[in-house]
Amino acid sequence: MNAMQPPPKQKKLSLKERYAHLTRGLGWNTTYQPMDKVFPFADYEGIKIHDWDAWEDPFRLTMDAYWKYQAEKERKLYAVIESFAQNNGHLNITDARYVNALKLFLTGVSPLEYSAHRGYAHVGRHFVGAGPRIACQMQAIDELRHAQTQIHTMSHYNKFFDGLHDARHMHDRVWYLSVPKSFFEDACSAGPFEFLTAISFSFEYVLTNLLFVPFMSGAAFNGDMATVTFGFSAQSDEARHMTLGLEIIKFMLEQDEANVPIVQRWIDKWFWRGYRLLALVSMMMDYMLPKRIMSWAEAWEMYFEQAGDALFNDLSRYGIRKPKYFEVASKEKHRLSHEVWSTFYNYTQATAFHTWLPTEEEMTWLSGKYPDTFDRLYRPRFECWSEMEKKGNRYYNPTLPQLCVTCQIPMIFTEPDDPTTTCFRSAEYKGERYHFCSDGCKDIFCYEPEKYIQSWLPVHQIYQGNCGGAEMKDVLAWYHLNFGADNFDYTGSPDQKLWDEWQAQRSANAV
Amino acid sequence: MTVTAIGPYEFKSRDHIDNFHGNQVVYWHWEEHLMFCAALALMLPRDMPFGDVLNNILPGCYGMHPQFEQIEWSKVVWMLDGRPFKPDLSASLVANGVGHKSLLRFWTPGLHGLSGAVI
Repeated sequence: MNAMQPPPKQKKLSLKERYAHLTRGLGWNTTYQPMDKVFPFADYEGIKIHDWDAWEDPFRLTMDAYWKYQAEKERKLYAVIESFAQNNGHLNITDARYVNALKLFLTGVSPLEYSAHRGYAHVGRHFVGAGPRIACQMQAIDELRHAQTQIHTMSHYNKFFDGLHDARHMHDRVWYLSVPKSFFEDACSAGPFEFLTAISFSFEYVLTNLLFVPFMSGAAFNGDMATVTFGFSAQSDEARHMTLGLEIIKFMLEQDEANVPIVQRWIDKWFWRGYRLLALVSMMMDYMLPKRIMSWAEAWEMYFEQAGDALFNDLSRYGIRKPKYFEVASKEKHRLSHEVWSTFYNYTQATAFHTWLPTEEEMTWLSGKYPDTFDRLYRPRFECWSEMEKKGNRYYNPTLPQLCVTCQIPMIFTEPDDPTTTCFRSAEYKGERYHFCSDGCKDIFCYEPEKYIQSWLPVHQIYQGNCGGAEMKDVLAWYHLNFGADNFDYTGSPDQKLWDEWQAQRSANAV
Repeated sequence: MTVTAIGPYEFKSRDHIDNFHGNQVVYWHWEEHLMFCAALALMLPRDMPFGDVLNNILPGCYGMHPQFEQIEWSKVVWMLDGRPFKPDLSASLVANGVGHKSLLRFWTPGLHGLSGAVI
């Protein structure tokens, strides 16, 4: 009698095998339709790919592992958010002025996470190789998770503080938020390879430390445990995103020599676009954190000048050099944050966060960090405004500013070699004048003018009558900005009143 | 084609003069006075006399600056769109060659901002 043999137990697949099945086994060449019709965006940017299988993802993440890791991170994050809310964590921040950094983040950055989700979902569809498609798909889900968890984390503050009630709507309309919005729309409306160079490489790899570290360390330094925990939860995703950024660049450069000049031009463009966007971060670091981490100049030296040097040395073997105008960014590091904060002080009547003049103690810190510029150029400016405030004549700029057509920031930046003279650049296209804040922004326009002549410049849109009306109050209502609560100085704001009441109650309770 | 695109790609400028209801945008910048963080964008009738802008519009924009009322307009040094320029105060903007999205930079002799810091 023959006993039935039990079927041989199937060996579990190794991680490497599972990843190979996911990224190679699930791809195929189409037969009903030619491949170039199925992937219509693969060629038009001029990037030549000969072997999509040369794409290697060092993380080799499969879907089952992905869900497991992400679910674990979510559980931890939501436990902290819950306990933060139950323990009234907002009472433990250093000062209510700190919340204004969160307002900037929620209206300026979180919607970009959502745009990134859409961008990666889009390009993930359009790559011919299954490896990059999978990597983009996972990043698309990551970005959606980041947008969602940021909104959940910060929604606690919305119960108490002004300016956090309609971030998504504000992102699409408020004048200074057209800066981050147009940055991302520029990337999303480019081809798939340029999108990855812009977001995965130039932003995530080269510049992300200058966005994330300041906000998350700022949160840690200022007692905001909820936002810190979000930062940790996103950190391992960011590591994966940075790797994707470097991989895609090397992949393009190794596939064909003809790709090198195209990639270099994109690096030049997106370095400058990203750097201009970070102007908002510079002001946050130097002016908005009650307890500061480091100065913008120090951060720039550490995260771009030093780290960037190493990176671009590494890429030089492919014929890639440092991004054009990196030296201009370094020249600007001692003035950037001061010029930007002054701008928001000029127009605080139209911002969805509060402004203030730095205290004497804060000015001492700024003098120490910026010995060559602060006392000479910016301290006198703040002292002059302070005098005007004391006389009951707080300075407001009553007129709308000229904007740069490319980065959409008011034309506030000064000549690279002269911080006392505003930098003006202009170009003519089809008989019409266009103005730029810098050579970097002008070059970007001049390469693709048809794209940027469509810029939705908030100032011109107000004049054209597309923003709710001609009066400032009409425009602010169209922004969904609550006049007298969200805008103006911190001193005298409802935020301050509430915070002061809590502090008074706390000292009364302590007795 | 001036853009990398998947097909024909041509658009009208979003800031074409036709979109400003008969007016034009002109940028004004008072040099060495960076209390005003950037050049100002003013929407003005094309036939407005140049002098009317100086007398009726600019005071509302710059008037809070203590040096503004000391300006002697006859001595001001002008640049229009990158070229030296002498305005005819009684002629219109257009007759002065000031067009849509023109940039006027002006220097005020003797007035270099407050506290020696171009404020």
